[in-house]
Parts: sequence; structure tokens; C-alpha cells
Amino acid sequence: MELTGRNISFKYSSGSRQILKDVDITIDNKKILGLFGDSGSGKSSLCKILAGHIKRYEGEVKLDGNEIPKSGFNPVQLIYQHPEKVMNPKWKMHEVLEESWDVPDSLLEDFGIQKSWLNRWPAELSGGELQRFSVLRSLNPNTKFLIADEMTTMLDAITQVQIFESVLKIVKERNMGLLVVSHDRDLMDIICDEVIYLDDINHVDI
Amino acid sequence: MDESVGKVNKFDVLGNMNLRTKTLLAIGLSAFILILVVVISFFIDPKSITTNWTMMNQPPSLEHIFGTDWLGRDMFIRTLKGLGLSVQIGFFASILSSIIAVALAFLSSFNKHLDSFVSWLIDVFLSIPHILLIILISIALGGGAFGVLIGVAFTHWTSLARVLRAEIKRIKTSEFVTISEKLGQSKFWIARKQILPLVITQVIVGTILIFPHAIMHEASVTFLGFGLSPHEPAIGIILSESMKYLATGNWWLALFPGLALLILVLLFDIAGENIKKMLDPASAND
Ligand SMILES: Nc1ncnc2c1ncn2[C@@H]1O[C@H](COP(=O)(O)OP(=O)(O)OP(=O)(O)O)[C@@H](O)[C@H]1O
Ligand SMILES: [Mg+2]
Repeated sequence: MELTGRNISFKYSSGSRQILKDVDITIDNKKILGLFGDSGSGKSSLCKILAGHIKRYEGEVKLDGNEIPKSGFNPVQLIYQHPEKVMNPKWKMHEVLEESWDVPDSLLEDFGIQKSWLNRWPAELSGGELQRFSVLRSLNPNTKFLIADEMTTMLDAITQVQIFESVLKIVKERNMGLLVVSHDRDLMDIICDEVIYLDDINHVDI
Repeated sequence: MDESVGKVNKFDVLGNMNLRTKTLLAIGLSAFILILVVVISFFIDPKSITTNWTMMNQPPSLEHIFGTDWLGRDMFIRTLKGLGLSVQIGFFASILSSIIAVALAFLSSFNKHLDSFVSWLIDVFLSIPHILLIILISIALGGGAFGVLIGVAFTHWTSLARVLRAEIKRIKTSEFVTISEKLGQSKFWIARKQILPLVITQVIVGTILIFPHAIMHEASVTFLGFGLSPHEPAIGIILSESMKYLATGNWWLALFPGLALLILVLLFDIAGENIKKMLDPASAND
């Protein structure tokens, strides 16, 4: 399985700065790829394009050579960098998970989610606690590629490792592809089989 | 000395409860009076408003606090009955109005063409004076309570629809909506499960704020003779009939029913504004 972005160029609006230019990137499910880059260099923007969350861009994103359908379940799931914005404030946490899939209790445990949190509103959880829900939600059984944009920035070092271990276990089990985005180079060296620097594949003039 | 300490504490307690309690009190009190008016008017025996030739044109007294009219009917009871009818029409008209507003606001969020259609519709309805439109719709539907109700409902949805349309547009750009889409949820599902819970308080407040307008417009149209039939004890009918007798010096015929209508409308406004304040403390200062 291969997720490819070809010749991706992007700016947020016609008058604004060019963020990405002619970016080529390939993620396959045989190795874990890391994307590294400075703050503001366009990592999150590229992630959103790969996962279909940004609709207007130049270039193409293909899954095993095929166009990804615009509606219906997207096999490429994105974990957002900011967990506060990704949940409806009027939804209880169990509804957030149920929208995606029926998460087994064992996984809740692996992710350090306490049963009592399920009945809380998003505003009643910390950023790190919300982030675990955001990660779990993206692990729908039909997810083929996972794009983890700063998945663990909200967490302390120990929890960070714990969450990554759980995610990696599932990724291996289900034979999924994983793109890890971060500006924490040390973390990526431990987890990823290969790390690329965004500025090396991005041809914008600065 | 003990007394003064007690006094300070008392002030403190009042200060603490102040805003929320005052808000709740305002809502509770106005709701209580409004419901009371409807309930009482419901139980008024029509026989008590029948003609009484011995009691014609009495100015206000202890026995008839609003006086009596040219047929000897008690004006207080007539006013109550009229207000009850107004509240009922206002109630159904506001609810119908907000259903229209919600439906159109959601419709506009489905695609660009529907959005321009809804915007155009809002502009059209805003450009025609309410009263004129109510009269036209009411006449087209054969007048009566039904005609007025539909007329009022069809003219009062615009501002709520506009607010909701903007709010839905904003919510639709939220990341949780995009995530829902990418989890394969349909537009309809997203409207119902993601967007509706976020606008429901606005819908409720909007509906309550339509209420006083609906009642005023119903009364004005009826007063002008295009609304309810003269046999219905509406407040607008009472006022327009009373105008004929003003010249003869029977000032109480119009003054008290008019004041009562004004107070009723004010009560709704107070209730609506306070509910808005309570549900959305951020906008309390606007
Ligand atoms: N919605 C938006 N509208 C306009 N500009 C945006 C928007 N989102 C991001 N940008 C700009 O695009 C550039 C790239 O942002 P992006 O979030 O992709 O960076 P990043 O590499 O993920 O940074 P970080 O490491 O801090 O998360 C930044 O300069 C940012 O200011
Ligand atoms: Mg980012």
C-alpha cells in the first residue's frame, strides 16, 4: 500500500505566501516515515492535504494509484495537532469515540483513558487527555494510513512513549501506514524507519 | 453592633446572588404572569362578558377596575380574554417562524445555490414592510386567526434565519465537522448531530424574542381591520372599537387594554433578554 503526494503546491489564499511548492512524498505501510521541519514550515498544511482536509491545492494525492473519494469514509485519517478544536463542545467523550468506532476496553486502558472521562464534556479534560481520544478516534478499523501531526506534544515524556507504543502496536497488527510529524528529532529517531526534512522536499523560495 | 454585622452579611449575600438570581427572577416572574394570563383567559366564562344594559359606559371603579364599555361589558375581563388570545397566536406564530428560520438556515448550508436562494429570500422579505406583508398574506388566506398567524409567522423568521445562517457557516469550518466528513458522515447527519446542538440555544432565545413582535403585529393588523374577525375578543379588536368611543370621553376603553398589551409585550422582551443573558453570559453586555 502506498499513499503518494505528487507535485503538491499550496497557499492559503491567492494573495498569501506560498507554503508548499512541488512537494513529492510517498508513505508506504512497510516502514514508518517521519516528517521533520521548523515551526511554520508547512508540515500541518501538508498533512491536511494528504488527508483530504484541505480541498483546494495543486498536484495530486493518490492511494495505490487511485484518486481518494471525496465523500464517504477516508482510509487516510489525520490526527490534528490541536486537540481542543477537534471535538464538538456539546458532545460527551463517549460520543466522540462512538462516532468513529466501538473502541474495546483494553484499548482505553492502553491509552490511559479512565472510564469516568467518557461521560465528561471536552472542556472538562486536559489537552493531553483529549489528545488520547483524538488518537483513538482515528484508529477506525478501516483506517489504512494514519497521519499523526504532533500527536504527543501535549503529553509528558513517559505518557508520550506509552501512547506511541500502543499506536505502533496497532499499526503493526493491522499493517497500516504511518506518517509521524514532529519537530522533536530525538523522538522521531527512536520511532521512525526514515525521517525526511520538509525543506528538502519543498521547493519554495524563502 | 451585632445588628450592623448582620447587615453587612446580608448585603454580601445579595451581592453574591445578584446577577444570576435577578435574571432568574425576571424570567420566572414574567413567565408566571404570561402563563397566568393565558390560563385565566382560558377559564373566563363567556357569559361574564355578555351585554349588561344597566352597566353601560361606567368609568373605572372598584367593581370594574377597567370600567365597562357601551354594551356594559367588563373591560378588565375583555382585556384578559383578548390578551390570552394574543399570547396564543403569538406563541404559535413564533414557533412557526423559528421553524421556518431553522429550516432555511440549514438549507442554505447545503450548497452555494441554495445559499444564494435563501439570502435572496431573506432580502425580499426584509424589503417589504411587515405590516403590509402580514395584511396581504392574511387576506390571501381568508383572514381570521389562521390568516394572521400565518401572516405573522411568515414575516418574522428573517433575522433569526440570518443569524443562524452565519453561525452555521462558522461552525461548518470547524475541524470537528471536517473530521466527521472524513469519517464518512453525511451532510444531513452532520447538520443534525454536529451543528444543531451548537445552535439550539440561539434558536430558543430567538423564538422567545420573536414573541413580542408577533403579538404587536397581530394586534396592529387586527386594529387596522385586516386581522381577526370582530367577533373574536382580540386586543386589537377591543382597541379599534374603543377608538370610536374615545370622542365621547370614554378614555378608559382604550387606555387600559392598550397599557395591558404594552406591559405584556415588555414582559416577553424582559424574559427573552434575560434568557439570552443566562444562556450566553458573553453577550450579556452588548
Ligand atoms: N488557516 C490558515 N490560514 C492562513 N495561513 C495559515 C493557516 N494555517 C496556517 N497558516 C500559515 O501557514 C504556514 C504553515 O503552517 P503549518 O501549520 O502548516 O506549519 P507547521 O509546519 O505545522 O508548524 P508547527 O510546527 O508550528 O506546527 C504558517 O506560516 C502559518 O502561519
Ligand atoms: Mg503543525
